[in-house]
Amino acid sequence: MPYEAWKDNEYIEKLVKELQESGTNVIVGSLDKLINWGRSNSIWPLTFATSCCGIEFVSLGAARYDMARFGWEVARASPRQADFMMVAGTIVHRMVPVFRRLYDQLAEPKYVIACGSCAISGGPFKKSYHVAMGIEDIVPVDVFVPGCPPRPEAMIYGIMQLSRKIKVEKFFGGVNRQESQKEFLAAHPVEGVND
Amino acid sequence: MADIKEKISKLFPEATFAPDAAVTEITIPDEKWHDLAHTLRHDLGFDFLITIVGMDWKEQGLGCIYELSATATNACISVKVMATGDREKPFVHSVHDLWSIATIYEREVYDYFGIIFVNNPDMRRLFLNIDWKGYPLRKDYNDDPNINPVSIENERQTDFTDMWVERDGKIVKEERRIFQPEDFVVNIGPQHPATHGVLRFRTAVDGEIIQKIDIYLGYIHRGVEKICEGLTYPQTLHFMDRLDYFSAHNYHHGLCLTIEEAAGIQISRRAQVIRVLMDELSRIASHCLFIGTYCMDLGATTMLFYTLRVREQILDIMERTCGARMTFNYDCIGGVMQDLHPDFVKDVHALLDVLPRNIAEYNKIFTGNVIARDRMEGVGVLSREDAISWAVTGPNGRASGWACDVRKLHPYSIYGELDFEEVVRHEGDSMARFKVRMDEMVQSAKIIAQLIDNIPDGEYCVKVPKVLKLPAGHWFKMVEGCRGTFGIYLESDGTASPYRLKIAPPCLPAAAVVDHITRGQKIADLITIGGSMDYIVPDIDR
Amino acid sequence: MQDLSVGTAWIHSFLLGYMPEWLAVTFECLLIGVGLMLLYAVLALFYILFERKVCAYFQCRLGPNRVGPWGLLQSVADMFKILIKELISLNHIDKFLFALAPYLVIIASMLAFAVLPWGNGLQIINFNVGIFFLLAVSSIGVLGILLAGWSSNNKFTLIGALRSGAQMVSYELSMGLCVVTMVVMAGSMNVTDIVMSQEHLWFIFSGHIPAIIAFVIFMIAGTAETNRGPFDLPEAESELTAGYHTEYSGIHFGFFYLAEYLNLFIVSGVAALLFFGGWMPLHIPGFDAFNHVMDFIPSVVWFIAKAVALSFIIIWFKWTFPRLRIDQLLTLEWKYLLPINLFNLVLMVIIVTYGLYL
Repeated sequence: MPYEAWKDNEYIEKLVKELQESGTNVIVGSLDKLINWGRSNSIWPLTFATSCCGIEFVSLGAARYDMARFGWEVARASPRQADFMMVAGTIVHRMVPVFRRLYDQLAEPKYVIACGSCAISGGPFKKSYHVAMGIEDIVPVDVFVPGCPPRPEAMIYGIMQLSRKIKVEKFFGGVNRQESQKEFLAAHPVEGVND
Repeated sequence: MADIKEKISKLFPEATFAPDAAVTEITIPDEKWHDLAHTLRHDLGFDFLITIVGMDWKEQGLGCIYELSATATNACISVKVMATGDREKPFVHSVHDLWSIATIYEREVYDYFGIIFVNNPDMRRLFLNIDWKGYPLRKDYNDDPNINPVSIENERQTDFTDMWVERDGKIVKEERRIFQPEDFVVNIGPQHPATHGVLRFRTAVDGEIIQKIDIYLGYIHRGVEKICEGLTYPQTLHFMDRLDYFSAHNYHHGLCLTIEEAAGIQISRRAQVIRVLMDELSRIASHCLFIGTYCMDLGATTMLFYTLRVREQILDIMERTCGARMTFNYDCIGGVMQDLHPDFVKDVHALLDVLPRNIAEYNKIFTGNVIARDRMEGVGVLSREDAISWAVTGPNGRASGWACDVRKLHPYSIYGELDFEEVVRHEGDSMARFKVRMDEMVQSAKIIAQLIDNIPDGEYCVKVPKVLKLPAGHWFKMVEGCRGTFGIYLESDGTASPYRLKIAPPCLPAAAVVDHITRGQKIADLITIGGSMDYIVPDIDR
Repeated sequence: MQDLSVGTAWIHSFLLGYMPEWLAVTFECLLIGVGLMLLYAVLALFYILFERKVCAYFQCRLGPNRVGPWGLLQSVADMFKILIKELISLNHIDKFLFALAPYLVIIASMLAFAVLPWGNGLQIINFNVGIFFLLAVSSIGVLGILLAGWSSNNKFTLIGALRSGAQMVSYELSMGLCVVTMVVMAGSMNVTDIVMSQEHLWFIFSGHIPAIIAFVIFMIAGTAETNRGPFDLPEAESELTAGYHTEYSGIHFGFFYLAEYLNLFIVSGVAALLFFGGWMPLHIPGFDAFNHVMDFIPSVVWFIAKAVALSFIIIWFKWTFPRLRIDQLLTLEWKYLLPINLFNLVLMVIIVTYGLYL
């Protein structure tokens, strides 16, 4: 893909603009830079796959696409140690509470990539009685990767966009992402869960 | 077949037979059903319950169709049982004491249609959670999302199950415990690296020893059968890609064959050859991935990368012709979607060249390894009788000594003319299941080698009407998927969409039998056994 | 051979010139402490990258290559990330023990660092039962793992911890016996003495048969001690999610992660010490010119190179073999390794008594 297209991401441009406008302390700013460099280069996935897209995620780890090049191969089975969740596959009614719990178990800062049309909107199962139509109502989503299933290249692109997004976030001071996340969680509360 | 008919009509005067059907079809009232089932199972040798199709014939009521097969003679029979009672509480007698797999199949029918099976020890829902309102495959099901909203609260869980028994002529509900209060229950899944997807085992353990497994399904239940009822025939095809995504071609093939048989479409030989080639290529790719993930489960991660190498090569071949890496949607009614890519033959030859070397490498790295042998040999032994009773088909069944390859038993497409061996082993343990798949790759390569240089010319797809309407009737067809017998039951009422499309997946029995063969083994063996059964969860849940 | 103790002695006398002795010693202790921590962190980061690269090459992949030149900064980025990750506090757990466990694990491996012979004269403490001390402190680690598993109040971690307990306690025995075998050969428990007695020829050569047997067993037991594949049952990913550290996040998990790699270094360092002469260059009796050339390579390089080479072998194990089952693991130790080891000890005593070594 051409380099111009690569940089063509309005959302990230908006973030950068916000960042430039608000300005920051030199020390905090450079600390932010250092930490964000570390964070954006070390995003560990949670091994989470429900269907077809999960197999493409396996291919992503294999020799041809080798996500280890970017340092993403440390797939953690425990949500406490992972940074982002690649929602690869359909999320159905019965899975929703489990999925939400997994998201809650991820340690901050955490991110979600909705991978494949099922996770984005229900995809080919739009008419189904048991499929959640998109995971956006359940958890806040950072990156959408369309496809059924997306090719591994698309997944790489998606995770790279996430990496770019992390890079322009503020870690100290006004954490712009956290606010939206809190809003989301306030709008989608889980009742009766106290552990 | 005639003498079976005679015997049955002598013993059961109530039974009626469908006239001039290709497969014997019996209709029997529910009171006599268990007796007939007993006769079929023990006297007539119908020991393989392929599937139970729940049906909703609207005014005529609810009922089940049992597809049976005799492993000794290969005869098939189908039995139709109408449920007694009203729509609120329809009853059919359970046959779980005759065919073990019926326990699970009956739960599935209960889940879909609300038909209660009397005497089944475990009448819980199978796929949907216990608070689900309504039975989704009934024709009068209300699919308003407000009735069953998406809930982010944990589903209600219970240690109890229901059993309906006959007491003094009345059918009453009894409560039964699944786990005793003193059991140490470990929950494995639905999000767990060992379950190959979102499968959940509640496992009662004593130290490292497994005492009981209760399997929970439905974490990826997408209701494919119901969706298909609202789509036209060509539209239903693409869901076959998303069931067992490794057997995408084979499943497509199965549904296409059923529809073509129903519509009376003859496809060209070229299309047949292409379909078989694709089936066998996907079988190799599927077994490659099985070997890789299985070795990874056992801790030998590196093998995954070696096997994926071959898989990628096959995916390349597929991608060139079909245009996709996974969900191909290639077989269509009347043939295949596009013609083969010009380089197809060359690519396949290149694959056939490297495959034997790769298989030798896998054997060198893994099969002979002393740790691997200790982990697999004698672990999770499934006897031939159990394999048949639990309907465990495909490589798993063949590893237990049951020759159940549909390509040999009921040859479809051009499989009858091909020269290949059915790989059968008799140990029935995890090692045998592993080796059967290894050998099947060789056999698939053999089939491909026979066909690749003899692809006949001709059209790759015959003309079919734009709006395809099937005549009223019903058809049952089986094909050999990568994981076993894949059955399609299709009932049409003469319109452009199916009245009922039942998918009988091979992975459901494979997962259901895990409880049976893991008892008394260690937790680590659960991983070995579960891995060797090679179930695909979306295929189980549909 | 440059004796680095000259340098350390110079620092000591330099400090004495400016301050009283107690202050000088305190200052030196601080200096060493900081140096040790730095070394610890750098080594761990190096090891993480090393393993990821090595396993990538085993698997026909490239491994990390985007962050920094050749991916060298990958584990640095990981460290920054892990440092700022949230520490999740859980309900229904023993909070004190839960927080204590990772520190126990990391302290155990750090203490073991103290007696490793880094170079000629470069050793933090040199006392007469050094190797004994090493065995003692390295077994504190299992306590941390048991605590981690138990205090998390999670069934998976508990199973992982119990497996780990059974495994570590069993294999400690083999390790200890291997060490005893080599102590018999060296005639001393002092680490410096053990190194010096290999001046003419490394023990793996001079001790021939029993030394080689002891080496093989030591490597197997060492792999098991560090919970690495094929003995990685306590954290068997496909069975127990992440084993005993399933519930840990952020830097607490980072401690377990680092300690795992540092233990790998310690085990290979001890193996290098016992069988390959620690920092001692390769000397072959009779080849004086060759020996002299070898002496030019600094002793620190010798030690670290040996340790890394031996850890490469352990990493090789992990990416080749499938995992054992818990009963097979214990069978291997109690039915095979232990009897062989006892026999080997007797053999070594006979060889030493009759002077049959080279």
